[in-house]
Amino acid sequence: MDTLHGFGGQLLLGALVTLQLAATALLLGTLLGAGICAMQLSGRRALQAVGNGYAAVVRGIPDLLIVFAVFFGGSLTLAALTGRYVEIDTFVAGVVALALSFGAYAAEIGRGALQSVPRTQREAAGTLGLSRLQTLWTVVLPQAARLALAPFGNQSIVLLKQTSIVSIVGCDELMRKAAEASGATREPFTMYLATACIYLALTGLATLGLEWAERRAARPLAS
Amino acid sequence: MFDITLLWSAMPALLDGAWLTLKLTGCVILLGTTLSIPVALCRNAHLRWLRAAAHAYVLFFRGTPALVQLFLLYYGAGQFDAIRHSVLWPLLRDPFWCVVIALGLNTAAYTGKTLGAALAAIPPGTREAARMLGLGRAPAFWLIDLPLAARAALPAFGNEVVLTCKATALASTVTLLELTGSARLLTSETYAPYEIFLAAGLVYLAINYILMRGMRTLEASLNRSH
Repeated sequence: MDTLHGFGGQLLLGALVTLQLAATALLLGTLLGAGICAMQLSGRRALQAVGNGYAAVVRGIPDLLIVFAVFFGGSLTLAALTGRYVEIDTFVAGVVALALSFGAYAAEIGRGALQSVPRTQREAAGTLGLSRLQTLWTVVLPQAARLALAPFGNQSIVLLKQTSIVSIVGCDELMRKAAEASGATREPFTMYLATACIYLALTGLATLGLEWAERRAARPLAS
Repeated sequence: MFDITLLWSAMPALLDGAWLTLKLTGCVILLGTTLSIPVALCRNAHLRWLRAAAHAYVLFFRGTPALVQLFLLYYGAGQFDAIRHSVLWPLLRDPFWCVVIALGLNTAAYTGKTLGAALAAIPPGTREAARMLGLGRAPAFWLIDLPLAARAALPAFGNEVVLTCKATALASTVTLLELTGSARLLTSETYAPYEIFLAAGLVYLAINYILMRGMRTLEASLNRSH
């Protein structure tokens, strides 16, 4: 007997969309986070205030509120721009909302890692005649990347789980498929348990990958 | 256009929602913290099956989205006649208690993990000294181990409190009109998403700022030298 009543394929299709959501939001969010982090460390007071303010505000409000704000606010903006009612694409709205949230966390992780690299490293590089850009690229960033790896990886796994809330505005990912399957079969427990197992497999694989990367990054540096 | 008066006129309804958010957060933290103690104890237990059970519990609740856990309880529990006819049904039928139980179990996994690590990090000498003073195992745990571990776990716990407050936004998906739910309802009535979601965001920021400040104060007062 098929305990999933033929909905297994649908759930896997949903899982694929979940992965696409997470990957796209991860990419955009990291770019945004790098920008915010650059502002935070720019040394210019106005830029610093914007960067720190962004990180503090976004980390203080629930992701679901951001999803709603992007979806409904975005629809209204599109309607104002085009002059007629347009419903914003739920995948795009979801990616934007998740990236806005992830960017704030990524910025804080990047800032912490960059500030943990001892100041003397920068000074030594300067003494050796490296330019500021060379110092950043060849001396500071490689060291900061090692420090940032674990928290960045963990936040990426949080992002993977947070994609589930995009189902609330109707994006056709795993959680949405589970809701549809529950409605059709009247067996919500079975469907949501299967969904939970899929999420568990995804986060489990991501955790194993992260542990592997951490072990690799912890190797002693080549002399 | 952006209408600042609308932002103010939405506030009373949003503050009603914020009150429910606070009640949910309080109940979830209470349940989660209480459950985190047995979880932490089992993670450090000598019996292998207890350790395995605690690890499986933490793996499940940390590895799946809180929304799935909530739906599994809220929609899933009704699938079984045994549950529908049990004494628990009035509790599981109520979205408020469903959210409290689901998020409470969720946060207990996170807090249990940190508390377990903090308990394991207590030097064995501390426990031996307590035994030498004639304290039994239970009093030594409640009077010595737990306060020491709690102090070490407090910074992580502070983050967990803020995360829990944000997680209660999920209650809006099971019909509860807490802060996010009220904001959602108000936007469908006024069709002014910018103003209303901005106002709701400001209320969340205020709540989380106060929670964070409170946790910092608690940390500082517990860490002062005796």
